[in-house]
Amino acid sequence: MDRTVYREVKPTPAIWLMAVIAAAFIGAAGLAVLYIEHHGHIVTGMNNQIVWGLPHVFAIFLIVAASGALNVASIASVFGKIENKPMARYSGLLSIALLAGGLAVLVLDLGRPDRLIVAMTKYNFTSIFAWNVILYNGFFAVVGAYLFVQMARNISPKVVKSVGTAAFVWRLALTTGTGSIFGWLVARPGYDAAIMAPLFIIMSFSFGLAFFILVLGTTFPLTGRYIGPNLVKRLGRLLGVFAVAVLYFTAIRHLTNLYAAEHGDFERFILFSGNIYTKLFWIGQVLIGGVIPAAMLLRHAENTTKGQVILASVLIIIGGFAHLYGIIIGGQAFPLEIFPMYEVTSTFADGQINNYTPTIYEWALGMGGVALAVMIAGMGVVALRILPMNLSDRNIDPTEPDF
Amino acid sequence: MKLPALNNKSERPAELNRREFFKSGAAVASVTLAPGVTLMAFGGEASANADPGKRWGMLIDVNKCSTDCNACVTACSEENGWKLDGNPETDPQWIRKIDLKHKETGREASLPMMCQHCETPPCVDVCPTGASFKRVDGIVLVDKHICIGCRYCMMACPFKARSFVHEEIEDQKSNAPRGKGTVESCTLCVHRVDAGRVPACVESCSATGNGAMMFGDLNDPNSEIAQALKNYPSMGLRDDLRVNPGVRYTNL
Ligand code: SF4
Ligand code: SF4
Repeated sequence: MDRTVYREVKPTPAIWLMAVIAAAFIGAAGLAVLYIEHHGHIVTGMNNQIVWGLPHVFAIFLIVAASGALNVASIASVFGKIENKPMARYSGLLSIALLAGGLAVLVLDLGRPDRLIVAMTKYNFTSIFAWNVILYNGFFAVVGAYLFVQMARNISPKVVKSVGTAAFVWRLALTTGTGSIFGWLVARPGYDAAIMAPLFIIMSFSFGLAFFILVLGTTFPLTGRYIGPNLVKRLGRLLGVFAVAVLYFTAIRHLTNLYAAEHGDFERFILFSGNIYTKLFWIGQVLIGGVIPAAMLLRHAENTTKGQVILASVLIIIGGFAHLYGIIIGGQAFPLEIFPMYEVTSTFADGQINNYTPTIYEWALGMGGVALAVMIAGMGVVALRILPMNLSDRNIDPTEPDF
Repeated sequence: MKLPALNNKSERPAELNRREFFKSGAAVASVTLAPGVTLMAFGGEASANADPGKRWGMLIDVNKCSTDCNACVTACSEENGWKLDGNPETDPQWIRKIDLKHKETGREASLPMMCQHCETPPCVDVCPTGASFKRVDGIVLVDKHICIGCRYCMMACPFKARSFVHEEIEDQKSNAPRGKGTVESCTLCVHRVDAGRVPACVESCSATGNGAMMFGDLNDPNSEIAQALKNYPSMGLRDDLRVNPGVRYTNL
């Protein structure tokens, strides 16, 4: 049975400080949005060739991480892992917070954010984007319900389990939908692969859990509560497995692309040409975001410390950003091939590698989305009984010795 | 100049068929929903003028197009009020000239590139709001009323035919409504076509004497363009994608 005691977090000075910092970032993002809206996207680094920029990297990262952050809860209620149960509420809250942060960035980068109501009321059902609007709204509802049934009194575990299962299925659909945004772009050599959807699902597992560990590991001590080393170790091991899985799917994606003759040039561009995307791929994505954290988490899994697991989570998040930057920006930087046998030139950058340098406004907007997610999660734990008083190993699993 | 005005009912041809009547009803509704901004969009109204029996298209003879000629681009820019203003990365370009050089043979060519008015347009498939739409006569447009500026259509277009309006716009032409924060592309000069004229680029190309662009109804077997397509080899760009462009090229 659930013996865990959940309590609202008392806002300590450290928590107030975090809130102030997050609010500052959110404010900066607000100013950036007003500035962009006033002047038009001309003040950003985006242009007619790189039409989706840094805001989309942030937004998609947060959206992907959102569904992954729900993992811990899913493992608890869908797969019956009792030791994850005390963190299930927090897992649900964090996933809602991340999704809200990501969507805010996506919406505020629209050319006409004032027309959000149009996006909410006019649906073109052949568009995967329109489906995603429904998936995102539904995610809030389903995960919200899941949080509610966990927190309300006298709700039978059966109900919790079925709502939890619904949330789990919904999140898989949501990530598939997000991955499919790219799968639909048949004309662009970087994107039109069936593997994009499963790749995004496994990325969500990894990024979401990394975010979960990072936020839990840093905020829990701030609230003066205790988190057991074995729990962190176990989460770390899982994260290590996810990191390896991302590497594996990435390898498949690029290898199959290399064999498809029409994608060979694009693969050489990303993998070997030595530009920023090559560096992001090998150093950011593979080394920092994959090999190093996987080794840290899996090589001596028994001896990993909390600090190492948190550090590995940070590396995986950095690698995740590099990964999405490569997919989103790299995929647009490579020229469209309209005339395969010809060298082409025009005033519209035909045949050229496209450049993109994000401005401070794009950074501000993206960081604001992260800050919004942190703020929502923070307000949630202060206002609601989300966090358990104690996450010591013995409290979670009585057979574990405590330290 | 004939404005695509819909709120002025007296301008509507008397012999509306049922379909047109229905469509224009929808258009009036959209106009009422957004008073004062009738000229900001190609909504139901532009649809109402379309003839479902037709498919408008173009045939471009690459042999006749010359590298140093830019007449079609200039004409389009003047007709529709967009300008290539020193910032090729962000300025809109509804039509552009592409110079080609064959990688093996060295053969050089030049051709105009614009929205290809695909039969199965990826831009329409992906547009979340339905702002990107295809008229029954095959012309692909953006309804500026409901475009939210997400740029997904730009990601999806195989020909980079679309531009995002990055800045405030001055001196709009009333026949080509535009707006900051929305996406736009070649309209096949729908306002001219609906008035029985040919697109500005085609007109200017004939005026130069090159005559590289032919415009007409692909569905009418007796039209000049249908005859030319029947009798000479031509190709749609990226035929592998099966979008069946309404703009075709010959001698490429
Ligand atoms: S060329 Fe591009 S913008 Fe024009 S109809 Fe085809 S996909 Fe749409
Ligand atoms: S930018 Fe406008 S036209 Fe293009 S997909 Fe988005 S809403 Fe549709």
